[in-house]
Amino acid sequence: MKKRKNHGMAMAVAVLLSTLALGSSLLAGAPSGKKEATSAAAVVHFTDADSMRVQGEQRFRANCGRCHAAPQKFPPRMMATVIRHMRVRATITEQDMRLVLFYMTQ
Amino acid sequence: MGFSLLYLCRKTALRRRRGTASFGVPALLFLLLPTAWLAAQTAENDKPVPILSGSVGAFSFVSGGQNLIDTQINPVLLVPLGDRWLVESRAEFEGQFQRPPDGGFYGGPVTKHVDYAQVDYIASSHLTITAGRFLTPFGIFNERLYPVWIRALQPDPLILPINTAPSDGAMLRGGFQINSKANMNYAAYVSTTSIGIGSVDSERHVGGRMGFFFPGPRLEVGGSWQKTLQDDRKNAFGFHLGWQPTKAPLNLRSEYAHSFEGSGYWIEGAYRLSQAHFWQKAMRRTEVVARAQQFFVGGIGADAEGALGLPGASTREADFGVNYFLRDGLKAVASYGRQFSTAGNFNQWTYGIAYRFLIPLGRVGAQ
Repeated sequence: MKKRKNHGMAMAVAVLLSTLALGSSLLAGAPSGKKEATSAAAVVHFTDADSMRVQGEQRFRANCGRCHAAPQKFPPRMMATVIRHMRVRATITEQDMRLVLFYMTQ
Repeated sequence: MGFSLLYLCRKTALRRRRGTASFGVPALLFLLLPTAWLAAQTAENDKPVPILSGSVGAFSFVSGGQNLIDTQINPVLLVPLGDRWLVESRAEFEGQFQRPPDGGFYGGPVTKHVDYAQVDYIASSHLTITAGRFLTPFGIFNERLYPVWIRALQPDPLILPINTAPSDGAMLRGGFQINSKANMNYAAYVSTTSIGIGSVDSERHVGGRMGFFFPGPRLEVGGSWQKTLQDDRKNAFGFHLGWQPTKAPLNLRSEYAHSFEGSGYWIEGAYRLSQAHFWQKAMRRTEVVARAQQFFVGGIGADAEGALGLPGASTREADFGVNYFLRDGLKAVASYGRQFSTAGNFNQWTYGIAYRFLIPLGRVGAQ
């Protein structure tokens, strides 16, 4: 009986973790504009993404917009290099850099 | 990137549970493989790639009736190494062509030099260590506004040559958030610049810059200082100001610099016509600019001032310009200015085009 209970708990844990894993896989694969995510966790993540995008835009205006207008969006690997360069040039903090990178690549 | 971090945390949590969830391990591994693959994929997609960037410009400067055609290319090489290193360099190739007084084809010198070639180590969120040749952080124009695709007016400010020659040495720089209403940025450096080939002479100096940015009113104020470490150990200092009011597309900037070579200031306002109610398609791409500036000669004589690129006499100048942004990174520029000094007054017309390019030197994947 005890063995079966442990077995059931392991099943529950496995299902829970599998759901999380699948949810995160779907979230990673989905374009940011799609809002039809099903799980509550995914909704929370999309809200975070929106919030990060808004904050990223604010940080862009505060740090980068003082000198130049927003460039067009480049692939993430290019933006990562540009942002590192601008982090040094414009003395941007690491947090601001991550938010601006998120904004510029989403 | 934020999602990668989430996945990393999640994977760590799963490892801790491995002992209790033995039954589900094979199934979990099967289910987690796509997650791990996607996480790795994201990290790979975010990995910075070397870039060749820079600007190209072609301008015509008509000063006192004499035309000078200026063409320049300023390539910037950016090579990120690991998570914390960046090797960066900018060179300038500039041709300045004039028609000879007796007529004929345009001709003139083509110059080339390295503006900076530096290695940056991002030691922490608030500190970057730089070594090599770097742009001297004195004021804001030299470091931030110099590229032709960024500057609002193409003629240099009169005081630009004051303490802005590149430095060779080491620098500490970074930024802090003091609180939600104020940020601080700083740079401190020591430089030993060799003078001439085959000479052991050098110019040694230390200096720094500190600025405070207030995100609410979008106002930045700051100051710079530099001390020469030889001869009569001269001091130089400057102040800068930048303001972008939230309710208008206005960019107001100003600098003041004082040194033994001279002193002066400039104040510049650039207004984007995006709020105009007519010809909106064209107006939102148009920027009008005005700049007023003044230079006061120092104690080194007119010839030495000229050698440094400064006016040989105290000078006042007013400039007005229009920039039209044709597309991202490409703009057409035109301006008119008039200079007043004891050496003579003259008009200066400028028109041309500036372009910023960005080329990846590796595979970047899909956007």
